[in-house]
Amino acid sequence: MQTSTLLIIVLGLMSLAYYVGRKRAIVSAGGAGRISTLHSLPTYYGLYAALWAGIPAILLMALWTAFQDEILVTLVKAELPGSMLEGLTPGAVGLLVNDIKNLASGAIVSRVATPEMQAAADRFSLFSQIAVWAMWLGVLAFAVGGMAFAWARTKPQMRARNRVESIFMVILVVFSSIAILTTLGIVLSVLFESLRFFQEISPLDFFFGTLWSPQTALRADQVGATGAFGAVPLFTGTLMVSTIAMLVAVPIGLMSAIYLSEYAPRRVRSWAKPTLEVLAGVPTVVYGFFAALTVAPFIRELGMSMGLDVASESALAAGLVMGVMIIPFVSSLSEDVINAVPQAMRDGSYALGATQSETIRRVIIPAALPGIVGGVLLAVSRAIGETMIVVMAAGLAANLTANPLDSVTTVTVQIVTLLTGDQEFDSAKTMAAFALGLTLFAVTLVLNVIALQIVRKYREQYE
Amino acid sequence: MSTTVDDMSRRIGAMSSAELAGGRESRVTVGDVTCANPRMVCRDVDVFYGSTQAIKGVSLDIGKNEVVSMIGPSGCGKSTFLRCLNRMNDTIDGCRVTGSIKLDGQDIYDKGLDPVPLRAQVGMVFQKPNPFPKSIYENVAYGPRIHGLTNSKAELDEVIEGSLQKAGLWNEVKDRLDKPGTGLSGGQQQRLCIARTIAVSPEVILMDEPCSALDPIATAIIEELIDELRANYSIAIVTHSMQQAARVSQRTAYFHLGDLIEVGETNQIFTNPKHRLTEDYITGRFG
Ligand SMILES: Nc1ncnc2c1ncn2[C@@H]1O[C@H](COP(=O)(O)OP(=O)(O)O)[C@@H](O)[C@H]1O
Ligand SMILES: [Mg+2]
Repeated sequence: MQTSTLLIIVLGLMSLAYYVGRKRAIVSAGGAGRISTLHSLPTYYGLYAALWAGIPAILLMALWTAFQDEILVTLVKAELPGSMLEGLTPGAVGLLVNDIKNLASGAIVSRVATPEMQAAADRFSLFSQIAVWAMWLGVLAFAVGGMAFAWARTKPQMRARNRVESIFMVILVVFSSIAILTTLGIVLSVLFESLRFFQEISPLDFFFGTLWSPQTALRADQVGATGAFGAVPLFTGTLMVSTIAMLVAVPIGLMSAIYLSEYAPRRVRSWAKPTLEVLAGVPTVVYGFFAALTVAPFIRELGMSMGLDVASESALAAGLVMGVMIIPFVSSLSEDVINAVPQAMRDGSYALGATQSETIRRVIIPAALPGIVGGVLLAVSRAIGETMIVVMAAGLAANLTANPLDSVTTVTVQIVTLLTGDQEFDSAKTMAAFALGLTLFAVTLVLNVIALQIVRKYREQYE
Repeated sequence: MSTTVDDMSRRIGAMSSAELAGGRESRVTVGDVTCANPRMVCRDVDVFYGSTQAIKGVSLDIGKNEVVSMIGPSGCGKSTFLRCLNRMNDTIDGCRVTGSIKLDGQDIYDKGLDPVPLRAQVGMVFQKPNPFPKSIYENVAYGPRIHGLTNSKAELDEVIEGSLQKAGLWNEVKDRLDKPGTGLSGGQQQRLCIARTIAVSPEVILMDEPCSALDPIATAIIEELIDELRANYSIAIVTHSMQQAARVSQRTAYFHLGDLIEVGETNQIFTNPKHRLTEDYITGRFG
């Protein structure tokens, strides 16, 4: 009596409903020759019947599967002798219920079964069987009932096409809501965890504190280590790495975009553009070890030979490599907006006797600037959220420093370190990760909104 | 339109390579291609896009203080010929121009000549108004700035006011010079483009169907303007409208499939065309 079997049967009923509905429509029109008297094509009557047979039944099945367990547990618990539940914490009750379920299904139980438990388990399996039967009956009744309903309503003047269209629209709306609700759910869960964090640590300390040392005591009797959650060193670290990355990516990306769109012969463009885009396809972990194993030691050597003191993990190494990673972002977005500047602008400028570089500097770049700024902002939000490279190459030390040769840490790195390893999920330490995540999310969201706004404005200008 | 392009490619396809190289069939232009007081002198101009020939041995003078209109069916090469006159064809990959085109006696295709200053002397107005996405002021200031024509802000202001006045736009925009040029109406934008061209004091102004994107009132204003501009400039205008050619030009050239078929006084072309193709076109039997 598997649920999947039931699902297959319902699908079978749907196709049956399709043929029946179609047939009925043709018959009600007075034969295949008089289909034109139908409001819609026969196919729509078939679809209409199939949807009626399928949707209510499948909805019932989904609801049933979702709530059956909870209802059964409530029923079984109500029958347990009160003495068994007395004085148990909610967690212990949960364990007991689990044991009863395991007993019922014959799995391993964590304690010696008492007669009361055995009785409860027997009740549980009986109820489950009844529930499954009831579900089968209910679902099949809905399917057949839906089919019958559609059958009864199939008349030549019924607007089957309009009905089917609106049902399809509802289905699409439901699925897009799933995407939106998921996002909302993630945001809300991060938000609530952050609020819990801010009940323990004041937001003032978090946003303006300059000491980050998130070691809280695991046991009450442990000495020291109450934790300091001043996130400023993380923000400055993130800012420094992203700034270095943008200093690399913006000039290189922009210049290559200009070269590719304005100067490069078609032959050069045909291989240079894909090559540049390969950079975007390199997994970030590869960039990470390139930064940690190649660039960082190189910078260290270079710095030492000049008598500078360079940390083995430096903001500079992480920023440089991150910049390389972001180049294709900047270049392909900029190239798109530069290409979107109409040829008429170039012609107008050339016709006034401007040279190519004058045209680029005075007409094309200013015209494309909003779009380029939008692209750069998108790249910034990408840089801020980037994790792997900084985890591997920027270090873990929450230094508040302006020296790019020092090791720094970023918001994303700290989220990773706070949440890896065995954790209690209700300590300030782990909840700090949510607060950091929320901050990161807020910043990138704002950047993205501004960027998209700018890009949209720019697009409109040349519609 | 498609038939004419097809005809042309078929004709070119039918030519032997020897014909393409030299002894190609070329029609003799009916009428007098010269004029009394020439500013630009074109002789035996051929234009190729790759291996396709778009202009075949065209000779034509453009006189001082006159408007020459170029008419003919779509794809006959009017724009191509016009773009030879300020070397805008240089910006097209694979476009090759032979023959001689002189501006005030100087060959503009001379190896030593820089096309950049030439384009200041021979300005161009396009079919679709294409103001830069800058302020009205900056649009007109663009040319004088890149050519360093003025030494002070006051001088630049003067050039801009003068150009806008000559383009008949000053009164409409004098209070909003800092507003974007793209915010003007289509006709105003086209006059802004004319002002922008005038600002670098050209000798010749080329116009490629300057009114085809405009409404009748804006068209009438531009036509009037063209007539005024004739006092100071030589103008070559491509137009689709025979009425427009009749209204604004002194001489008219009729192009057909890359050949210049007939040139003459505008009056004569429209009342008494000598070539059968010209007559077919202006009486509406073709094109
Ligand atoms: N950039 C170009 N590349 C190749 N062929 C072109 C190009 N521009 C125009 N042509 C061809 O040259 C011929 C003349 O075009 P054009 O001068 O635009 O005609 P008109 O302006 O009289 O309508 C046409 O057959 C056209 O297809
Ligand atoms: Mg044209």
